[in-house]
Amino acid sequence: MITGRTALGLALVLAGPAFAQAPASDRFITVSSTTSTTDSGLFTHLLPLFKAKTGIEVRVVSQGTGQALDTGRRGDADVVFVHARAQELKFVEDGFGVERKPVMYNDFVLIGPKADPAGIKGGKDIVAALKAVQARGSLFISRGDKSGTHAAELTLWKAAEIDLEKVKGPWYREIGQGMGAALNMASAQNGYVLSDRATWLNFRNRGDLDIVVEGDRRLFNQYGVILVNPAKHPHVKKAEGQAFIDWLVSTEGQKAISDYRINGASLFFPNATQPGA
Amino acid sequence: MDALGAMQAAIGLMVSFDPQFLQIVGLSLRVTLSAVLLAALIGLPLGAWLALSRFRGRSALIVLINGLMGLPPVVAGLFVFLLLSRSGPLGPLGLLFTPTAMVIAQTILVLPIVIALTRSTLDDLWQEYREHLTSLGLTGWRAVPTLLWDGRFALATGLLAGFGRASAEVGAVLIVGGNIANYTRTMTTTIALETSKGDLPLALGLGLVLMALTLAINAAGYAASRIGARFAG
Repeated sequence: MITGRTALGLALVLAGPAFAQAPASDRFITVSSTTSTTDSGLFTHLLPLFKAKTGIEVRVVSQGTGQALDTGRRGDADVVFVHARAQELKFVEDGFGVERKPVMYNDFVLIGPKADPAGIKGGKDIVAALKAVQARGSLFISRGDKSGTHAAELTLWKAAEIDLEKVKGPWYREIGQGMGAALNMASAQNGYVLSDRATWLNFRNRGDLDIVVEGDRRLFNQYGVILVNPAKHPHVKKAEGQAFIDWLVSTEGQKAISDYRINGASLFFPNATQPGA
Repeated sequence: MDALGAMQAAIGLMVSFDPQFLQIVGLSLRVTLSAVLLAALIGLPLGAWLALSRFRGRSALIVLINGLMGLPPVVAGLFVFLLLSRSGPLGPLGLLFTPTAMVIAQTILVLPIVIALTRSTLDDLWQEYREHLTSLGLTGWRAVPTLLWDGRFALATGLLAGFGRASAEVGAVLIVGGNIANYTRTMTTTIALETSKGDLPLALGLGLVLMALTLAINAAGYAASRIGARFAG
């Protein structure tokens, strides 16, 4: 058996790198963001550019928007980068964030099986499409995780004047997981699902799925970025966090966002300068 | 499911020596082995103490520790998360979303296994050799090194079981590590991420690599104990 002393030595040797892995400099920030920005590959494209320019490492924890804001509220992130405007404004209003800045948008698309049991393929009216899905009782996969996409989905059901609490049945499945998991389930069970376009374009396990409704203005999806309030959480890395935000909304950062393409298609559209975004 | 694609992905990963992949494998091994060693440092003495002492409530404590072997990783993760969060009692240390947090969570998962197996192994040995050891003047704490040495093969199996539990789990490291690229991303959280991206062949390929590593470590442990047994007679 390992004796106490050698075990201690071994533990230190092995644990050493794990503990020492915090980089020599303190130049890193933690950003809580959404699954869509990570699953779509956007951060893999953006972060090396930012690091090359400033030397600041960005550590991204990707969660649903609700959870990402909560991570900021607890002070476990320096910056939150999410997509649910109303919740973001409330976050700032409640004193957890300094200021919300619009960064970019993409759009949601309704994904469904090619067989299209609800008969809505090719439509441009998301509200009519949801009404048809509910009327036919076609399978619909909901994120059910308080993410930005989930919030958008609930807003759309409301716009369709459908009271989910009353009509929920086996056709409506809340899975409480991320975008990728929801797409995987829709793919396995041939259901309809609301997805952000970026995650869909980057998704590999499509099976029999395709876009059935797109282009409705109500499917617009705005992203915002907020510095967690140092007045609430004094350890927040104000300078580094602000540098990241400033870079995202700068001409250079905005260009980097629009340069991210998959098969020639842009995934996110920068709009930091658009009033009211 | 594309089994061929998974095999290709697994072999591709292993022969490519992709630095990012090696970093993920390295972090997984470092975190898990650190957790097992920490658990051994704490659990072996505690298990020995539990085997040799008699006090009120000992049975209840043994049942509790045996029960904790079934602690769901996600619960251990949540507990450590609340402890280390900036809004939690250990928040000022700033340990959440670091490899250290992952080591702590996995240590909590492995510890009950080490304590329980040490306790039961030494309990049996103590019953068997009590008179012999006592006649040599080895009682109480002084008997522990001899008992640990005699039980080393059973204890090594216990540590390997702990290693298996830690290396296989995803719930705890995901919550306290945050699956940050190049920093807290392990084999299991990468598999979860690639699954959510729908890249199932790559996810399964990673799974095959993880299983190969686990097998290799168990084989090494087994070989070491066989060689040890030969020399020890």
